[in-house]
Amino acid sequence: MQKEVMFAGFGGQGILLSAKLLAYAAMKQGAQVMWIPSYGPEMRGGTAYCTVVVSDRLIGSPIIKNPAHLVAMNRPSLEKFAPVVKPGGVVLINSSLIPVRSGRTDIQELIVPANDAAIQLGSVKCANIIAVSAFAAKSGMVDIEILRKCVQEEFSSKPKLIPINMQAFDEGLKIAAAS
Amino acid sequence: MAKVLMKGNEAIGEAAIRAGCLNYFAYPITPQSEVAEYLAKRMPEVNGVFLQGESEVAVGYMIFGAAACGERVMTTSSSPGVSLMSEAISYIAGARCPAVFVNIVRGGPGLGGILPSQGDYFQATKGGGHGDYHLLVLAPDGVQEAVEMTMMAFPLAEKYRGPVMIMGDGLIGQMMEPVEFPENLYVPPSNKDDWATTGMDKRGSTKKNIVKSLYLDPKVLNQNNLTLKAQYEQMKREEIRFEAYNTDGDYQALIVSYGTMSRVCKTAIDNMKEQGLEIGMIRPKTLFPFPEKAIHDAAIKPSCKRVISIEMSMGQMIEDVERSLKGKREVTWFGQCGGDIYTPEEVAEHVVSLLKNN
Amino acid sequence: MGKTFSRPEALSDAHTHYCPGCTHGIAHRLVAEVIDELGIRGRTVGIAPVGCAVLAYNYFSCDFQEAAHGRAPAMATGMKRVRPDLMVFTYQGDGDLASIGMGEIVHAANRGEKFTTIFINNAIYGMTGGQMAPTTMPGQRATTAPTGRNVEETGMPIRMCELLSSLATPGYIARQALLKPQYINKAKKAIKQAFEYQMAHKCFSFVELVSTCPTNWGMTPLNALKWAEDTLIPYYPLGEFKKPE
Ligand SMILES: Cc1ncc(C[n+]2csc(CCOP(=O)(O)OP(=O)(O)O)c2C)c(N)n1
Ligand code: SF4
Repeated sequence: MQKEVMFAGFGGQGILLSAKLLAYAAMKQGAQVMWIPSYGPEMRGGTAYCTVVVSDRLIGSPIIKNPAHLVAMNRPSLEKFAPVVKPGGVVLINSSLIPVRSGRTDIQELIVPANDAAIQLGSVKCANIIAVSAFAAKSGMVDIEILRKCVQEEFSSKPKLIPINMQAFDEGLKIAAAS
Repeated sequence: MAKVLMKGNEAIGEAAIRAGCLNYFAYPITPQSEVAEYLAKRMPEVNGVFLQGESEVAVGYMIFGAAACGERVMTTSSSPGVSLMSEAISYIAGARCPAVFVNIVRGGPGLGGILPSQGDYFQATKGGGHGDYHLLVLAPDGVQEAVEMTMMAFPLAEKYRGPVMIMGDGLIGQMMEPVEFPENLYVPPSNKDDWATTGMDKRGSTKKNIVKSLYLDPKVLNQNNLTLKAQYEQMKREEIRFEAYNTDGDYQALIVSYGTMSRVCKTAIDNMKEQGLEIGMIRPKTLFPFPEKAIHDAAIKPSCKRVISIEMSMGQMIEDVERSLKGKREVTWFGQCGGDIYTPEEVAEHVVSLLKNN
Repeated sequence: MGKTFSRPEALSDAHTHYCPGCTHGIAHRLVAEVIDELGIRGRTVGIAPVGCAVLAYNYFSCDFQEAAHGRAPAMATGMKRVRPDLMVFTYQGDGDLASIGMGEIVHAANRGEKFTTIFINNAIYGMTGGQMAPTTMPGQRATTAPTGRNVEETGMPIRMCELLSSLATPGYIARQALLKPQYINKAKKAIKQAFEYQMAHKCFSFVELVSTCPTNWGMTPLNALKWAEDTLIPYYPLGEFKKPE
């Protein structure tokens, strides 16, 4: 079985990192993974997006038109990509920055005020961690405890940042559970 | 060794070090710059050489100078940069030095774009610079193969005493996949004392070695070119690599495709199989020498009605496919080259429509 | 909509893609104002470099050519030789001009080609993401100099104005900066002077503009201005280095 998730938002929102953490966790679980960034002229200031593919067999195409899930961190991303998500998928909406909804009834919306929750924890920078843990909990794409370890490892060179990111991780799980 | 998740560009840099290449010269260019950025950090850790040259022209000759000393050396670039290196590549081929060039291809011609492409197929496989020469060209389809081919490239370059090129594309450079660095691909550098400018003292010889490509005597120049030709013939016998996909049973059409494009085609083939439509594929892993026989034999299977060259270029590889088929089957082209890549769905749709109109 | 200042005719109304706080926009504006003031838009042809300013042709409203990386002075030479009546300027970054294009700029200057070069010195490769440039300062970090530029291995930063001034051929060579209003006024005067020499078919003219790249320096725009003032200006002194007789 192959599942894909697209992470999309502004450059600087930590999109690539969220996607990388998810890919890492899936790899540690023994799955085949692929992390495909958008690179190109739109990077500067515009939308950044990145797709993670997780599969139990060799992954073919890196070109994914219809991902299973979407994590939309800003409004242009939701508007651009929500219509292409496969039916039944999870669409995470960062409601701190997105006042609208996907307009689809055949997907599961996961409303996460990622920026607000991150600011409450003390740094807006960990909004991407809240998003990735909430998404992982809702979609079941990777094992939560393995993902938690990957987040910890990611910040191992900056130990000061571990506590806040762990809090962010738990906050994401809480939001997903309450939804 | 455990698998690590790495970007293609960084993995290529690491693979060079694992292959015993501690000398790297390059000039920044998207979508390849991460190789240079990675090796700017890594080379000092292994006491290797890292230098950003002032241009790809200069880098080409930094490679030439280092290679002529018999040292393992690599550069990485992308299309416009490789054009500038083509002069040096011609000299390196003429002077018969081993060196590894990586082209993370982007769209052209001219400044083109920075997105993935296979538009440099002709440049890579037909020489690229002036004169009678070829490069041995390896075409990985992902990060793991990019690593393996980078590691193989050095002993191959030494075996044939010539330039080897790894032709990837922007996507292979930019994406991350789990990789394992194989230990068994390390081959110790071969002895170069009989030709390289290693210094007479160092090799304990009184015979001087000269590395050059100028042969004013037509007979001698012809002889040098015959030597090169013999090397290319040997490559055709010994180095052809390809993957046959879904070709064991009967199939209605044969796709020829390589690199990133072949991954898309594989998914398309799997999807069509689920729908009951069998399509085979030959994926060249060496673009020169080209797997002519494999393609020929796969194409003439009685069940096979169509042969399609699917490329991220405007019909370049198709010429080699046509040559391989010796007129026994017609080949058609499918592809695009602006930076967008056809999806598996679009590939399948094309194949189905071709078979319908058959 | 209230207008606080009007756009020079030689600038288009396109939104630029430059990062916030980048000084490329100021440089464009100064060149455009000079073109307006001299009334030469209809016979001016610019040459865009390969660098962040590659899209300059979208922002100027005069004819433009797009060069290969570093080759603008050779294209300008070709143009000026076949159409001396055209007003030609190249607009080049420090990677473009002082690294890959060093040969072209030195020889064009030495032949005294009668075009104008606007040289944006931001001490880094902007477009490709912050690699070291020939103008990068000692110890300054770049993605290909992760622990800072090591001058033992890469030499000292190249001062283009000083280098070009050493040529015996007459020319106009000046360095100004875009860091504060006083500098910017002088920069505009120098650009105008350069274009006037070209108009009079006098000599090659070259104006270097000390600039900022907040994005790849990893600084806020304000800190970038301060860093440039404290670090770049002492090493790259401002002024006129050479004038024709
Ligand atoms: C032959 C060739 N080599 C490399 C590149 C990649 N490249 C594009 S812009 C650039 C450097 C730009 O830096 P600079 O000239 O300093 O201008 P800035 O972006 O800072 O304004 C490079 C290396 C290219 N396009 N062509
Ligand atoms: S990268 Fe630097 S030079 Fe380029 S637009 Fe941004 S700030 Fe300006």
